[in-house]
Amino acid sequence: MDKNEYLNLYHQMVVIRRMEEKAAELYQQGKIGGFLHLYIGQEAVSTGLVAARKPQDRIITAYRDHGVAVNVGIETRAIIAELLGKATGISKGKGGSMHMADVSKNFWGGHAIVGAHLPIAAGLALGDQYLKEDNVTICMFGDGATNIGFFHEALNLSMVWKLPVLWVCENNQYGMGTAVERASAVSEIRKKAEGYGMPNDEVDGMDVIKVKEKTAKMLAQIRAGNGPMLLEAHTYRFRGHSMGDPERYRKPDEVSCWEENDPIGIYRAYLTGKKLATVEELDQQDKLAEAEVLEAVEFAENSPEPAPEELFTNIYVEE
Amino acid sequence: MARITMREAISQALWEEMERDPRVFILGEEVGVWGGTYAVTKGFYDHFGPERVRDTPIAEAAIVGAAIGAALVGTRPVAELMTINFAFAAMDHIVNEAAKLHYMFGGQMVLPLVIRTVGGGGRQLGATHSQTPDAVFAHFPGLKVVAPGTPADAKGLLKAAIRSQDPVMFIEHATLYQTRGEVPEGDYVVPIGKSTIQRTGKDITIITYSKMLEVSMKAADQLAGEGIEAEVVDLRTLRPLDMEPVLESFKKTNRAVIVEEGWKSYGVGAEISARIYEDAFDYVDAPIKRVAQLEVPLPYNRALEQMALPKVEQVVAAVKEVLNG
Repeated sequence: MDKNEYLNLYHQMVVIRRMEEKAAELYQQGKIGGFLHLYIGQEAVSTGLVAARKPQDRIITAYRDHGVAVNVGIETRAIIAELLGKATGISKGKGGSMHMADVSKNFWGGHAIVGAHLPIAAGLALGDQYLKEDNVTICMFGDGATNIGFFHEALNLSMVWKLPVLWVCENNQYGMGTAVERASAVSEIRKKAEGYGMPNDEVDGMDVIKVKEKTAKMLAQIRAGNGPMLLEAHTYRFRGHSMGDPERYRKPDEVSCWEENDPIGIYRAYLTGKKLATVEELDQQDKLAEAEVLEAVEFAENSPEPAPEELFTNIYVEE
Repeated sequence: MARITMREAISQALWEEMERDPRVFILGEEVGVWGGTYAVTKGFYDHFGPERVRDTPIAEAAIVGAAIGAALVGTRPVAELMTINFAFAAMDHIVNEAAKLHYMFGGQMVLPLVIRTVGGGGRQLGATHSQTPDAVFAHFPGLKVVAPGTPADAKGLLKAAIRSQDPVMFIEHATLYQTRGEVPEGDYVVPIGKSTIQRTGKDITIITYSKMLEVSMKAADQLAGEGIEAEVVDLRTLRPLDMEPVLESFKKTNRAVIVEEGWKSYGVGAEISARIYEDAFDYVDAPIKRVAQLEVPLPYNRALEQMALPKVEQVVAAVKEVLNG
């Protein structure tokens, strides 16, 4: 990687962080409706994954999807406009926080039913395999999704058909408010892949470089035709499940322990320690990210509401 | 025109579409080596090979989910669910994904997907294998739901479904596979979303579809012997629902009986009669009657099962009640 690439990863992570903080504010002001699931604390996972993919590789995730949206290069203004339900939003204001996608950037959503996008991910890979395309599908999901049947049907199918999928479990320790060990018979999620004879690995999900490097290796093996693999990324969400989460289930020292392991802080230390960037350069990136988010909020707030006709468009392709 | 069975007509449509478009492939339980549990895909595996005729695990969510994903990236999958009763195991993917992705992402995602499945009772398969829940699927905007009643429509509508850019539930009836009819050879396409008049008459309108078309046509024959001329409208597509021929016929006859195999409550008949009352109230000369399955889970015992399913005699009786009421 050259210096710009290192700085770019840093920039993406800071944009996600600032954007999510701003989103929380907008939510509290009543400008964002519905549910809002923030990616704060998990930025290194999606940033590392997307940095490791080729543009031809597909990515699909669950409802905590704002991070991927930034990483694949959707303009911050189109993301915030979607949060505000505006016509200029990436899903024309019809999807909201949980349903963002940009097919042109090979980002296939943004899916809000826990685990339901895993069979769809298998299908994206099936389509590529059928069309003899050299693409890999990266499918992200939380630890909670590994307890639902969809996960098992999808993993099994992907292994039976040797589909080019990298299954990525973001283990953020909680499915909503229920700790992993209270919901899953196996706490080490990656071991579930072994039931299907699927190669698997784990990575420190708070370290963007480790995520990127591990992902790149696994993608290469999958692309070589070795079938699917599963990667468990250990991470932590610093905020509640959603904005409506009272967070009665975790202890204060648990949160502070993880916050010392902030993925942005870790990456800053890495970049300065390896002399890949100076503190001033990183501070400059922080300012740029801040400005980008503020501009995006202004754009979104000034954007028009969807036209009433939009209610009836896109129900079918052929009416 | 050849006189062939419904099974042959469906098989022909699939075969021709696979020959026409290499993006079309089939996936489902026992569709390949076995040849399909209803023998619709017999011979396909040997001709098209395992890539295009894919046997799946018994995992309906994976079947429909994978078909959705594959459709999104430019293939044209035909997913077969062995029976509609098993579609409940894939319900999330049918109603929360297939029906919504195009809308929810502002038109970015396109799913040219067909879910072929089989419904209907009358074969002593017990309560979990005998249902006709077509109305359940027709409830959801975003899905197209097709249920043909003749071999010709089965061929033409399946071709239209495979060519459609939208997700289509294609519901066959288990006891219609042996039914014969004239079927145009070659590229015969029947548009989705068009009801049709299957028999003309001036005294009363019978509105029906799928297996109950056969029952209604027999009833109309019997009624003709007694001097009553029933017009039979075949819906063919439940969503989007084409009410034009129904209303046109009703405005002529001013009387209607609706015949469906599913349960009466919240069913197809409820929808059709409500729409007639809403849109043609001034033409109503008598209360509309519905003939439908009795409100019970279908039992195994043959006599009990037959008691619960709609019969020709019930249609005849309902028509007479409406005419004489």
